[in-house]
Amino acid sequence: MIPLSHVLLLSGILFSLAVAGIFINRKNVLLLLMCIELMLLSVNFNFIAFSQYLGDLSGQVFVFFILTVAAAESAIGLAILVVLFRERKSINVEDLDSMRG
Amino acid sequence: MEQTLLIIVLAPLLAAIIAGFFGSLIGRVATHSITIAGVALSCALSAKVLYGLLHGAPVFDGPVYTWLVSDGIQMQVGFLVDRLSALMMVIVTFVSLMVHIYTIGYMRDDPGYTRFFSYISLFTFSMLMLVMANNLVQLFFGWEAVGLVSYLLIGFWYTKPSAIFANMKAFLVNRVGDFGFLLGIAGIVYLTGSVHYADIFAQADKIAGSTFELIPGQTWQAATVICICLFIGAMGKSAQVPLHVWLPDSMEGPTPISALIHAATMVTAGIFMVDRMSPLFELSETALSFVLVIGATTALFMGLLGIVNNDIKRVVAYSTLSQLGYMTVALGVSAYAGAFFHLMTHAFFKALLFLAAGSVIMAMHHEQDMRKMGGLRKYMPITYWTALLGTLALIGFPGFSGFFSKDALIEAVHASRIPGAGYAYFCVVIGVFITAFYSFRLIFLTFHGEERMDAHTREHLHESPWVVTVPLVLLAIPSVVVGWFTIQPLLFGGYFGSAIVVAENHDVLGELGKEFHGPAQFVLHALTGPAVWLAAAGVALAWFLYLKRPDLAARLRERSGILYTVLENKFYFDWFNEKVIAGGSRWLGMALWKGGDVALIDGAAVNGSARLVGWVASVARGLQSGYLYHYAFATIIGLSVLLAWLLWRS
Repeated sequence: MIPLSHVLLLSGILFSLAVAGIFINRKNVLLLLMCIELMLLSVNFNFIAFSQYLGDLSGQVFVFFILTVAAAESAIGLAILVVLFRERKSINVEDLDSMRG
Repeated sequence: MEQTLLIIVLAPLLAAIIAGFFGSLIGRVATHSITIAGVALSCALSAKVLYGLLHGAPVFDGPVYTWLVSDGIQMQVGFLVDRLSALMMVIVTFVSLMVHIYTIGYMRDDPGYTRFFSYISLFTFSMLMLVMANNLVQLFFGWEAVGLVSYLLIGFWYTKPSAIFANMKAFLVNRVGDFGFLLGIAGIVYLTGSVHYADIFAQADKIAGSTFELIPGQTWQAATVICICLFIGAMGKSAQVPLHVWLPDSMEGPTPISALIHAATMVTAGIFMVDRMSPLFELSETALSFVLVIGATTALFMGLLGIVNNDIKRVVAYSTLSQLGYMTVALGVSAYAGAFFHLMTHAFFKALLFLAAGSVIMAMHHEQDMRKMGGLRKYMPITYWTALLGTLALIGFPGFSGFFSKDALIEAVHASRIPGAGYAYFCVVIGVFITAFYSFRLIFLTFHGEERMDAHTREHLHESPWVVTVPLVLLAIPSVVVGWFTIQPLLFGGYFGSAIVVAENHDVLGELGKEFHGPAQFVLHALTGPAVWLAAAGVALAWFLYLKRPDLAARLRERSGILYTVLENKFYFDWFNEKVIAGGSRWLGMALWKGGDVALIDGAAVNGSARLVGWVASVARGLQSGYLYHYAFATIIGLSVLLAWLLWRS
């Protein structure tokens, strides 16, 4: 049986990697989307671990919801990305600053 | 009684409304018929009221209509008709009637004919409201209404820039006086809680016992403060130094109103008001001294200005100022009856002089410069003789009405022991000489000597029509005789009864009355005094300088240098007002505009706050880089901070 702390540690590392990915990555929007997926996954890890630990199934139910939403989100995100690329001929993050105040 | 009084007041108002709104519809003849009928009705009924009072009718004092009640203070339209106001009503309506008739001739060719009649009828209404008021608020209403009509009439020829300047000046100078007047009324209401004369006079003791602390640590007698404030109002309306500057300029208006408003009636409203308020003025010797000194200064120094003026109307205007000064002097020495007596005689002879001057101006085709007149005596005999009678009354020729009023007044000043009486006596006695000199200068320059007008004007010289000469004659009669018959009752016979209150130690007329044995003896007695001889000397000097040796006058003018310059510039009052008061106000306005409005309010407050918002926004705009990772970073940091705070709190 893997102790809870290990799982939580793993999830924490994954989350930190994802955050670092968002900050450090200055190139690719695709990578940003993947980092967001990674964050969601680390959260899912937490849910499952605590569900197991506390013997409460609702945590695992939540994971299904999150997976569904994440799938929808990445579908929309990728669609936006495709449109963006058609429009700008680039998915470089540095170029995407038209929202600047 | 109440009905009669209402008709007296409302007949001129109704006539003014009809003439004002429907004048162009009903035509000129109908307009002047209606207004003259209105004023004649007022005059007849006023005379009836006066007759009734003289034969034992009771004094009427009652409200007609409650205007408003505020905090227990009743403001009513009400009439107080005692012997003081009844006599004033007769004077006002009589002179007004004469002027109405005269106007038919004087304004014959003027496009504003109906408007003029409307105004002078409105004036009669306003003046009657002022005179008949039984409370201070109605007095103030009338006071302002006559000021308004005066404004309208000075600027009657509104296309003339000088007339507009003059009417604005009159209006503004009167505001200064009215400010004081309002403060005085406020002081009275504060102490007595009422605006009705009867209530106020009943509480005179309370006013006498009160003090005001206007500046912390400085207490003043309430009566002194109130009376000086009220008198400042009178100074504005009755054109006393230094608020006299508007009256000479008011000569820009048509001559009939100079006679009616700026000589006979409106400018004497201040004198009338002080007469009315005599129970209060008697409480304060300081205020009386103030009145006395102001009056004496006006009487002498404004007379001096009459000497150097060449405009026929302005000479008469300065003479009016000087005579108003005489009346004010009489108020100062508590000879209220004397002031009123002089007011009455002055109303007749000064209206006469103005109307005569107007008759001359008409004949001269609106030329007012006396240097271009001369020798008019043989062309205009009626005007000449009436003007001469008016002038003799003005200078105090023994037996004429002006003689009685002025000589009694001088005697009263002589008998007074109030501080400033010595100065005032000096002023009024020298003033007699000055008055005689400039009055006869006017007569000699206008009616005698060589004819200095151009040939065209001379061909058209003729006596004025009967509508002009009849009022002259009708005014000349009281100018000559009214003094002889009224000096006994008005001054010494207790005519005014309780309308005028004089403290025992101020009662100079009472003292004079002990030595009074009829008008004839009064004339003989005056021949032993200096006034009559000074007047004679003034006439003689005028004759010598302007008829015998006309070249001397010009030489004197050159020689007198600075004295003449000072007189020519009217003691620099206008200069001071225009440069210091008006200029200073303009400068202050400019400073407030540039500094306060443009810089502070617009620059700092309004635009400044907008600029501040813009600056803050421009700084905050730096946060919106548009880069996704910046936003994500902010989100994460925010989340961390929030979580940390939650943890730390629990």
